[in-house]
Amino acid sequence: MAGARRRKQQFSRIHAFSCGKASFKGDHSLIGGPGFSRVIYCNDPECFEASLRNYCDNYVRSTKYTLATFFPKSLFEQFKRAANFYFLICAILAFTPLSPYSAVSNVLPLVVVIGATMGKEAIEDWRRYKQDIEVNNREVKMHQGDGVFEHTKWMDLKVGDIVKVEKDEFFPADLILLSSSYEEAICYVETMNLDGETNLKLKQAPDATSSLNEDSSFQNFKAIIRCEDPNANLYSFVGSLELGNEQHPLSPQQLLLRGSKLRNTDYIYGVVIFTGRDTKVVQNSTEPPSKRSKVEKRMDKIVYFLFAVLVVLSIIGSIFFGIETREDLENGRMTRWYLRPDDTTIYYNPKRAAVAAILQFLTALMLYSYLIPISLYVSIEIVKVLQSIFINQDLHMYYEEADKPARARTSNLNEELGQVDTILSDKTGTLTCNSMEFIKCSIAGTSYGHGITEVERALAWRKGSPMAQEVAEVGDQVKEIKEEKPSVKGFNFVDERIMNGNWLNEPHADVIQKFLRLLAICHTAIPEVDEETGRISYEAESPDEAAFVVAAKELGFEFYERTQTSISLYEFDLSGKKVERSYNLLNILEFSSSRKRMSVILRNEEGKLLLLCKGADSVMFERLAKNGQEFVEKTKEHIEEYADAGLRTLVLAYREIDEEEYVEFNEKFTEAKNVVSADREEMIEEVAEKIERDLILLGATAVEDKLQNGVPECIDKLAQAGIKIWVLTGDKMETAINIGFACSLLRQGMKQVVINSETPENKALEKAGDKTATAVAYKASVLQQISEGKQLLISSNENSEAVALIVDGKSLTYALEDDVKDSFLELAIGCASVICCRSSPKQKALVTRLVKTKTGSTTLAIGDGANDVGMLQEADIGVGISGVEGMQAVMSSDIAIAQFRYLERLLLVHGHWCYRRISSMICYFFYKNIAFGFTLFFYEIYASFSGQAVYNDWFLSLYNVFFTSLPVIALGVFDQDVSSRLCLKFPLLYQEGIQNVLFSWLRILAWVFNGVLSATIIFFFCIQAMKYQAFRKGGEVSDLEVLGATMYTCVVWVVNCQMALSITYFTYIQHLFIWGGIILWYIFLMAYGAMDPDISTTAYEVFIEACAPAGSYWLLTLLVLIASLLPYFAYSAIQIRFFPMYHQMIQWIRSDGQSDDPEYCNMVRQRSIRHTTVGYTARFEAKSKSSKERGEDNR
Amino acid sequence: MADMNRERHRTRETAFYLFTQQSLPACKPVLTPGWVITIFLFMGLIFIPVGLITLRASHSVVEIVDRYDTECVPEAFRIDKISYIQDDSIPKNCSRFMKVHKYMKAPIYIYYQLDNYYQNHRRYVKSRSDKQLLHGQKYHDTSSCQPVELNNGQPIVPCGLIAWSLFNDSFTFIRERAELKVNRKNIAWKSDRDHKFGKNVHPFNFQNGTLIGGGKLNPKVPLSDQEDLIVWMRTSALPSFRKLYGRIKEDLDADDVIVVNLMNNYNTYSFGGKKKLVLSTSSWLGGKNDFLGHACVIIGSSSLILAIVFTLLHLKYRRPYGDTSYLPWSRKSLSG
Repeated sequence: MAGARRRKQQFSRIHAFSCGKASFKGDHSLIGGPGFSRVIYCNDPECFEASLRNYCDNYVRSTKYTLATFFPKSLFEQFKRAANFYFLICAILAFTPLSPYSAVSNVLPLVVVIGATMGKEAIEDWRRYKQDIEVNNREVKMHQGDGVFEHTKWMDLKVGDIVKVEKDEFFPADLILLSSSYEEAICYVETMNLDGETNLKLKQAPDATSSLNEDSSFQNFKAIIRCEDPNANLYSFVGSLELGNEQHPLSPQQLLLRGSKLRNTDYIYGVVIFTGRDTKVVQNSTEPPSKRSKVEKRMDKIVYFLFAVLVVLSIIGSIFFGIETREDLENGRMTRWYLRPDDTTIYYNPKRAAVAAILQFLTALMLYSYLIPISLYVSIEIVKVLQSIFINQDLHMYYEEADKPARARTSNLNEELGQVDTILSDKTGTLTCNSMEFIKCSIAGTSYGHGITEVERALAWRKGSPMAQEVAEVGDQVKEIKEEKPSVKGFNFVDERIMNGNWLNEPHADVIQKFLRLLAICHTAIPEVDEETGRISYEAESPDEAAFVVAAKELGFEFYERTQTSISLYEFDLSGKKVERSYNLLNILEFSSSRKRMSVILRNEEGKLLLLCKGADSVMFERLAKNGQEFVEKTKEHIEEYADAGLRTLVLAYREIDEEEYVEFNEKFTEAKNVVSADREEMIEEVAEKIERDLILLGATAVEDKLQNGVPECIDKLAQAGIKIWVLTGDKMETAINIGFACSLLRQGMKQVVINSETPENKALEKAGDKTATAVAYKASVLQQISEGKQLLISSNENSEAVALIVDGKSLTYALEDDVKDSFLELAIGCASVICCRSSPKQKALVTRLVKTKTGSTTLAIGDGANDVGMLQEADIGVGISGVEGMQAVMSSDIAIAQFRYLERLLLVHGHWCYRRISSMICYFFYKNIAFGFTLFFYEIYASFSGQAVYNDWFLSLYNVFFTSLPVIALGVFDQDVSSRLCLKFPLLYQEGIQNVLFSWLRILAWVFNGVLSATIIFFFCIQAMKYQAFRKGGEVSDLEVLGATMYTCVVWVVNCQMALSITYFTYIQHLFIWGGIILWYIFLMAYGAMDPDISTTAYEVFIEACAPAGSYWLLTLLVLIASLLPYFAYSAIQIRFFPMYHQMIQWIRSDGQSDDPEYCNMVRQRSIRHTTVGYTARFEAKSKSSKERGEDNR
Repeated sequence: MADMNRERHRTRETAFYLFTQQSLPACKPVLTPGWVITIFLFMGLIFIPVGLITLRASHSVVEIVDRYDTECVPEAFRIDKISYIQDDSIPKNCSRFMKVHKYMKAPIYIYYQLDNYYQNHRRYVKSRSDKQLLHGQKYHDTSSCQPVELNNGQPIVPCGLIAWSLFNDSFTFIRERAELKVNRKNIAWKSDRDHKFGKNVHPFNFQNGTLIGGGKLNPKVPLSDQEDLIVWMRTSALPSFRKLYGRIKEDLDADDVIVVNLMNNYNTYSFGGKKKLVLSTSSWLGGKNDFLGHACVIIGSSSLILAIVFTLLHLKYRRPYGDTSYLPWSRKSLSG
């Protein structure tokens, strides 16, 4: 307990947190009124008054259906789809005499199809249910009375229960903090799941209850909390705690929200106030938007188009039918007497031919329903589920370290993955691992550190490739550095010159000593000593600060203790002896984004006053003393080098202060600190400004904001594929730019358009306090910067130079306003890379929406935190990174992957495949149904449009379900135009999806045309060949049954072989399904024909007896097959040879065996790289180009 | 043993692995010019001979067609054929002469052909009861037979429009004064006779209504032996159709003249249908129809032409396969 208390003091000393004690004012007067009626009887949830209130339990439900509502609700969902509704109508009509076929044969496929979809729904809901069970059965310690706490399931918690939550546990409901393991009853909360912020939030219990920090103290605890009703606002809370006769105010400061996690605190006690669906996080949860892919939307249009065709055909048919029916009675005499027009039903009544025609129209609608693939939707759903399984199973996207495979959470966006035009990426946790590594430093003008960054590694890798003989300068020591895994987190520094105390032998040893000492002192971190091992770890505000302290420690300056007024280190003196030193800490001038530096003022053991300062180069160099600029040139050079390598740099400097100056400063500083007004910050800044001058430069540090593995390579590939990558980050502009360099999104020589609102004039305006004037000025400046940017864009387009756009959050606010956003977007689209910094979650979502709606292209958002949720939901596809903790992003994403680099495979391989599969599948689906449907229509011409189908009822209804569906599913699940290796080798292939060449209207219409053509050939060949003459040796003539079976055989052959012809990938599965489909037809024909004639009706023994022994049947099948496929075959032979598409080119390359010829492949690939492309390949190109030019200039 | 098991287990595992990783061994044919030309040539070389053989078969068939619907109406009645055919008092017999122009080898098939007769009309096709045909009067639910279901409250067997409109022209053939023997057995499909038309079902109450459609049936003969009816009940697919009437078991020589005595009973005049009598031999492909042969030859020759055209184009326009500059998007969007 003592340790904890001490630590608390330290925190309050350093942070000076404004932990606002709640007070009764403002909203608290509302308590008890409307909207503030909730009363909680703490520790007494079973009492009479509490039971009157009947608050909901803590069971959280995420399922869509319950057992009772499943059938009505999911059926309703199913029939909301136009196509399904149409089939339902057909099924109902099938029971009337209108029906051209028997009811059962028509209903069965519908039942199968709807049943399959509902089964899928049920399974999905069952999974959600299991997840619910898991969450609801988590356990927490709950007070059982008499001071005994026992494990209880979350769902059994009631309002008013006292719970004890331990370190790293999630809060089971919304709680009011009563006390914690800390003396002052504070606790740290991680709210990453709620708002995505990684920093810990501090909460503090009311004073009145802070002493209740043991189990037993709750034995007799009774209190009443009155507070607001459940609402969705995360940041407000109003309530009061009635303890005895005293009232204590409650504010958000005491509220612990479900979904957040207790950190750095051993345990807390809290009282449950909101449970289950009343909790703020559940109240906040919105129905995730249901997303549909563009391909599917277009598919709907085709379905409607087919509906239109269907209606037109039906109208034509019914008109002709009406005319012919009317003519059945001529002046009271029957013409077609064999139809008995004198004694007829309404359906064929010549006297009321118009009515008959209208009814016939309905019949025709049913008959031609085979134009609309009933099984299309369900097949697509099955296919997509299987595709997602493949995505989930892909070992190349499996992250072994965290045991996390890729997970496609929604399967209906698979093909959209193949059409992504713009990727909007979060930075922290997505591109980077959110860990900093001290990797290089420049001390006294000498650069230390051999570590190489991901970027350098990538560039060096390029160097090894045959195209790259010209680049020489980067990464001299590539070979020496054998991937030594950093043994210490945050430290990846290798340089024997200063490690292990060797720095003593360096020329500027004294500077190095000061440098390292500064690293060890100038920070706000707190050491934590592990009592067992004695090892020290540090808790720091930011990971880069931790990296500095760790680096200092590793280099011999170990910071081990911080008290209120002192910092203690083990350090080396110049003679190499390890000594223990303590520095008297006087002031900390904290870091702020405007100051961009921090300083500490301290007195060393000799009694000298020192100011140690570290900060960004932009502010530091101007503060150097004249005599402190010894190494400026060198250092600047190094900093530039580091920055280009994507490192985050800080300049370190110090000065000695006179006693008098300090006294004067301290007075002013204390005064400024105690001011309670809006300009307190400014006053502090002003005072600090005065003392942070005349600094003496020591050197610079370079910290790597560690990129995730493979990020530069991945970005490079994606860029080569022609995908635009935008980075939307909440980080500072400098950091964002650094990462831009690290990922090769930015490079030297790229023109940067920076839109920044933090100009001095704007600041001045803001100080003046006139809000409208400020806004106007901001907007004007943003507008101006945008138009300047456009100018630059135009000029650089002529010189074919790449431009990068960097926007800060404030400017973004104005740039996203309605009248500006178009021109902003125009600028942004023209730029090779776009980086938005300091953007709020909402802005991220807005930018995403802007890109999505204005350009109409497919956007993919990728992020890991809750602050990305808006963006993920807004984008066409949201990809969540599941690598780290915090599942919020994953839960709202469509696809979760463990690492950013898997995006490459997800898009270029799976996305491309899925897009190709689904689009060919849909085209083929329409083809096969049109081919089938039109034979039915053509037949009607010969059957006076009476609605008699040429095929047996069961042939009709099993067409979609049986004989032709499996090959399509095989196509949709297994087809590959190009192997995954080649997909990755030729990223440009991805353009096929972006340009939507495989699902363009032209292509769709071509397939429709092909379908009509096939139907025409099949039908007319059949009726010509099977005319009135005998069709076999025995003199038998063909009849309806024989013709139907023959024509159907032809259709089955043609559509299946058309499939075989249009794919270029056959595994045994394809063979099995395609040829199996045909064999299945014969088997069915025989089996069905062998059944009792009652069942088989017109198909009775038609194959065995009539067709099979007839030579003409077989010859006709062969002829029709070849004749129907010949046009397509000729077309594709010519197209592939003379106008190949990109995937076909790659197929050529593969079949020629040239895919392993690197130079040839490069030639094919190279053409894709534009000057505006980003990524290290382009960077390399640009570099080699400019060096070549330089070489020419020199000559 | 255990080793083998393990071995098998491992292969299954790798197969599964390859499956889940979507890298199953696959055949990936590419339509190289070589293949294209080969396939075209192959198709040409297959289909032209097949077409020629088919044509030969078709040409080997001798067919005599005689349209008699107009000729068999006496001149006086030609203005109003309908009242002629509906007037039972006028004798309907008629003689036709058919000249055999080429030697016809037995069996010679006799067909009657009707044109513009919609046996495939939905109302017509549905108007029958398969169960009644098989089980006779025992089967009562004959609502599908509307409007020829009942007469005077008694069921009609066989019911329905199809049976009611049974074709009833009859033919006898005389060559050189001697009657040619016409075998009228086995003209229907065996499956129909055995399984669709009852052996113990006799016509009942048939053609007793006010409106008489077509032919009558001998109530003594069970349906399974009423082959004319069985043939007629197999509805035709198209509005022009032939139905088998019988077979002549004797060869006919060229220049034989056959006298056909027929009863012109059936009314096709109301709807302008034609009636024809056809004598035909058959080949292995059936009757005379050049379509298959012509189509085969045409497909075959167009394949050959395509092969030649493709070869020429291939030789003329050479360019590397991997030249991306021809891609549509290289031309537009990416060039900027």
